[in-house]
Amino acid sequence: MGEVEEQQQQHQIDLGNLFAFNPHHNFPSVPPSREELVKECLEQGTKLVQAVADALFSLPSVEDRDGPLVKLPAPTIRLPREKPLPKPRPPTKWEVFAKKKGIQNHKKDKLVFDEQTGTWKRRHGYDRVNDDKDIPIIEAKMTDEPGVDPFAKRRSEKKQRVEKQERHRFQNLKEAAKVGALPSHVQLAATAIPITGTQAAPRKVSKEELQNVAGMAASATASGGKFDKKLPGEKPQKHEKKYRKFLPVVEGSGMGSLERQQTDKVLSKLMSKNSHEILNVEKAVNMYNVKREKKRRNQPGKSSSTSSKLKPKNPHNKTSKKGSSFKGKSKKGSSFKGKSK
Amino acid sequence: MLQIRTPKTGRAKREVEKRAPKIVETGKKTLILHGTKTSQVLNTVLTEIYHLKKDNAVKYTRRNDNIRPFESGGETSMEFYSLKTDCSLIVFGSHSKKRPDNLVIARTYDHHIYDLVEVGIENFKSMVSFSYDKKLAPQIGSKPFFAFIGEGFENVEELKHLKEVLLDLFRGEVVTNLNLAGLDRVYVCTAVSSNRVFFTHCGLRLKKSGSVVPRMELVEVGPSMDLVVRRHRLPEDGLKKEAMKIAPELTKKKEKNVSKDAIEGKIGKIYMPDQQVGSVPLPNKAKGVKRERREAKKKGDTKKHEVKKQKLEA
Repeated sequence: MGEVEEQQQQHQIDLGNLFAFNPHHNFPSVPPSREELVKECLEQGTKLVQAVADALFSLPSVEDRDGPLVKLPAPTIRLPREKPLPKPRPPTKWEVFAKKKGIQNHKKDKLVFDEQTGTWKRRHGYDRVNDDKDIPIIEAKMTDEPGVDPFAKRRSEKKQRVEKQERHRFQNLKEAAKVGALPSHVQLAATAIPITGTQAAPRKVSKEELQNVAGMAASATASGGKFDKKLPGEKPQKHEKKYRKFLPVVEGSGMGSLERQQTDKVLSKLMSKNSHEILNVEKAVNMYNVKREKKRRNQPGKSSSTSSKLKPKNPHNKTSKKGSSFKGKSKKGSSFKGKSK
Repeated sequence: MLQIRTPKTGRAKREVEKRAPKIVETGKKTLILHGTKTSQVLNTVLTEIYHLKKDNAVKYTRRNDNIRPFESGGETSMEFYSLKTDCSLIVFGSHSKKRPDNLVIARTYDHHIYDLVEVGIENFKSMVSFSYDKKLAPQIGSKPFFAFIGEGFENVEELKHLKEVLLDLFRGEVVTNLNLAGLDRVYVCTAVSSNRVFFTHCGLRLKKSGSVVPRMELVEVGPSMDLVVRRHRLPEDGLKKEAMKIAPELTKKKEKNVSKDAIEGKIGKIYMPDQQVGSVPLPNKAKGVKRERREAKKKGDTKKHEVKKQKLEA
């Protein structure tokens, strides 16, 4: 027994599918010759099949004429279904009503004793009890209207009852179709019988779709349907595209200032987009430092330095000797340069 | 206006009902299709798969130019054929320079492609090339054993998928009663490398072993081939979840407080709430006070009855 248990731990066995799987066997990376491979596979396969058979033959069996019958357990490996689960049919109007009122169904006999003919007859269907055809005479009453054929009346009433029932049946089927629980052999369509139960009935074309199609058909002329005769009740086509708008030529107030507003809008949009770059702090600080150093170098010697890289960039450099007040200005100028970047 | 349409003949009705979704499904049918071009090898492969599954398969022999699995729009024909023949397993063979001896196994759910596996066929050996005792030849429609060998089937995703598809393809109908004398075939699949599976079909010889369990012996009856996994497409999660649903009618509700024993039989436990004797009022009858009146009432009743009887007699 121990061996068997060990084997079962090694193998995965699904008795419902007669399936065994040995996930531990490993083949050498270089495959041996074909015959050896096949031989090894069969050997391993035999072991697995033997493992399944051990479990299978230990199940309780019933002796049958053709051989021992065994009850298989349900498969443990889950495989997908072929078709969706059938949906339960919604209750009919009558069923809902009967439940509400607590009406219970009673079985009725199929055969009923017919007093007119003195025989047993079917309750419903062909040759049934109280068939209209079996009534030869209808007694006249005081309330009868003259000129009405009582036989015809009876027939038409019956016909109406059948029609009513048919209407109810149709209504209930429609409800079932909404949930997708139509009986498999019934279809509510003018097309073919369903091949499977899950196919939906063809959709009704909506009003909007019809209008679209009608509009397309109407506008399929050279003039785009502009000069076509309208049918009674037909509305003019909807204008689908945008209307073009032009700004006034002359500038002024109100509508006249619209162009200015537009350009302003564009500009502010652009500005706001690059607003984070307006002041490049690093560059500004750099420039400021360089200039200060240069000033310091220039002041003691009072001679203009030629090696400064900043010189051609700064137009105020030549006049920097004049005084401190002017220097402040030049500083501002440098920072402005940074801004313009 | 909609119209109620029903099959006009009983036969048509039965046929339609056969195709309707069921709570417990019968076996899946297999459809075998050919692509634009098929090699000689592939033709034999398709024929032999058809032979293996003859009880529950449909084989189409025409070439299909517009079937291209794995491509968008290339599945419409396949889905249509699946609907037409009510098959939910499709084996499609095609041969091209890029993918020689190509076999695509597709499964459908509600007649829409569920998943796809593409394998190349190599080292194919036909049924005819095997020589064995013809008594061992498996019978059509017998329940097969499956033996899967190799860790590839557990670790490699493609092979794991292929394992499931092969099992679904060949397992046939799920049965509850099995005749042990009718066991006569085994499918052996071995994961040789990470993308190659050796697949073979064997007959079964039951030998006496001295115990109840006979000794199994496998006899290769073919076909045997190498399946080289190429492309595969797993089912979408939502679809998979839906397809794996079990009918609530089939799931057993857990039976509480009932245990079964071999010796004692079925045993049920009953839980009784505490009897709170002190706080519960005693029933009316025990009231001693009204005893006289009750007795009087009884007497009166008997008198009345007597009166009635007398009346009847009169």
